[in-house]
Amino acid sequence: MPGLEDLYREIILDHYRSPRNKGELETPPAHRTEGFNPLCGDEIVVYIDAEGHVVKDIKIGGQGCSISQASASMMSSAIKGKTFSDIKDITRAFKAMMSIHEGKLDGSGTEHDDVPEVKLGDLEALRGVVKFPVRIKCATLSWNTLAEALAEVSEAN
Amino acid sequence: MSLDVAAVKRDFPILSRKIEHNRLVYLDSAGSSQHPRQVTEAMTTYYDLHHANVHRGVYTLAEESTSMMEAARATTSRFIGGATANEIVFTKNATEAINLVAHSWGRANLAEGDAVVVTQMEHHANIVPWQMLATEKGIELRWIPVDERGHLDLTDLDRLLDGASLVAVSAMSNVLGTINPLRRIADAAHAAGALVLADACQYVPHLPTSIQELGVDFAAFSGHKMLGPTGVGVLWAREALLDAMPPFLGGGGMILDVTQDGFIPDGLPAKFEAGTPPIAETIGLAAAIDYLEALGMDAVREHEVSLTAHAMRLLTETVGEKLTIHGPTEPSERGGVLSLDLEGVHPHDISQVLDQHGVCVRPGHHCAKPLMKVLGVGATARASLYLYNDEDDVDALAAALIEARDFFSF
Repeated sequence: MPGLEDLYREIILDHYRSPRNKGELETPPAHRTEGFNPLCGDEIVVYIDAEGHVVKDIKIGGQGCSISQASASMMSSAIKGKTFSDIKDITRAFKAMMSIHEGKLDGSGTEHDDVPEVKLGDLEALRGVVKFPVRIKCATLSWNTLAEALAEVSEAN
Repeated sequence: MSLDVAAVKRDFPILSRKIEHNRLVYLDSAGSSQHPRQVTEAMTTYYDLHHANVHRGVYTLAEESTSMMEAARATTSRFIGGATANEIVFTKNATEAINLVAHSWGRANLAEGDAVVVTQMEHHANIVPWQMLATEKGIELRWIPVDERGHLDLTDLDRLLDGASLVAVSAMSNVLGTINPLRRIADAAHAAGALVLADACQYVPHLPTSIQELGVDFAAFSGHKMLGPTGVGVLWAREALLDAMPPFLGGGGMILDVTQDGFIPDGLPAKFEAGTPPIAETIGLAAAIDYLEALGMDAVREHEVSLTAHAMRLLTETVGEKLTIHGPTEPSERGGVLSLDLEGVHPHDISQVLDQHGVCVRPGHHCAKPLMKVLGVGATARASLYLYNDEDDVDALAAALIEARDFFSF
């Protein structure tokens, strides 16, 4: 059995204790999207302030476990100021680290192709989550919510 | 006679397994209980020696399987003090039992403007079927509130019952452990002309049950929370009510006659058991009931009250002020369901740390999101006790909770 230190790396606990970009943005102009994990009741709210195809600002609301909160916090730091296209690459790289291969899911690719070469930085600390399959959903909740938010913003433009 | 828990534990093979190097400490019986070997043996014997479809063939095996399943029905009826085995309808789970009432009785008896009363402490299984019916039929859902002590607040009961057709209420909360005053609610409901459906999933496995004394009209419970297998639930209802209700699922086994022009439903309980039933599961359920009766439900209840009291005392003392145990503080007013809040530690994280110690508790909203909202939490970590748990299990829980508290303290 993998140990607790595999899951709860210090940097994860740091983001859990001191979440970055926590709060709300005024809507409009910002866009608000909610995400739920129906299994455990966790809720994430993603506020995006986009200019063209760049995320100028992001805030995270809601409540959840250390993994979902830390993942959301790290995500917000990683994608702030980035273009939608860069964010898509980061998301794909993050999900590949979580053993989720979207090309494979939709049948368009093999397991390891097409994963963008992106430096994940702090997010690397979440790699251990893969050893705890039940918790992968915790780590990906904010990312799925972000993807939905970006799709909504793109559609509205 | 008090329970010999060490002997009980030996009957449950799973309790001697290890999770890594830790002894398994199973504290999720409110989610699903474990099985004594007597239950799996009864099911294996049935499959090995007696299996055939029920109510069909005239050969020996079909006779045997039919009489085994009907004996299971009689056992189930006797266990809860039912008047006749015809009042026992086997379903696939308690959720289906409640849906059966909503679809059959609800559709036949409720019309726009009618009201169904539920409570804020219901499991989704006793909320969503009524919400679906409310949407379909335009009926009103009214909510009995939960007070800060974790009891139903019955102050406005008469007003809520005014013009209501049904009260759907949990006999014992799967989150708070609260044992609700069903008799009082049933008397008030009947005086107001309403029927009462009890979600008895957490009650029947843990307390001596006299369905007549509870005074309700419908009750639902499930096999897998009372040492039985998954795949079988029970709807109990007064015979006259079941008689008057239209069928639920249509198909084989529930008809007297079928022509091109239509069908005539069979009598009870076949009318509500379309298709091949969970035969082995009903036999397993009866074996579970035999097991519970051999121990004695009074002894089971006594053991759980005493272990719950010990757990509440020990956890409060050792884990300290960061710990909240939701629900009634008096063990005699509750079951052994301990919903825990540890300040600064999310229930998911608590459960993860506990798993490292082999301690199984359930994090989440426990299919009671309206109650979570009342409690002001997103989730809790729930430890639930049963007849095979002892003070060592509670000690292991306390030790693991202390580690979780300290690991996440900052």
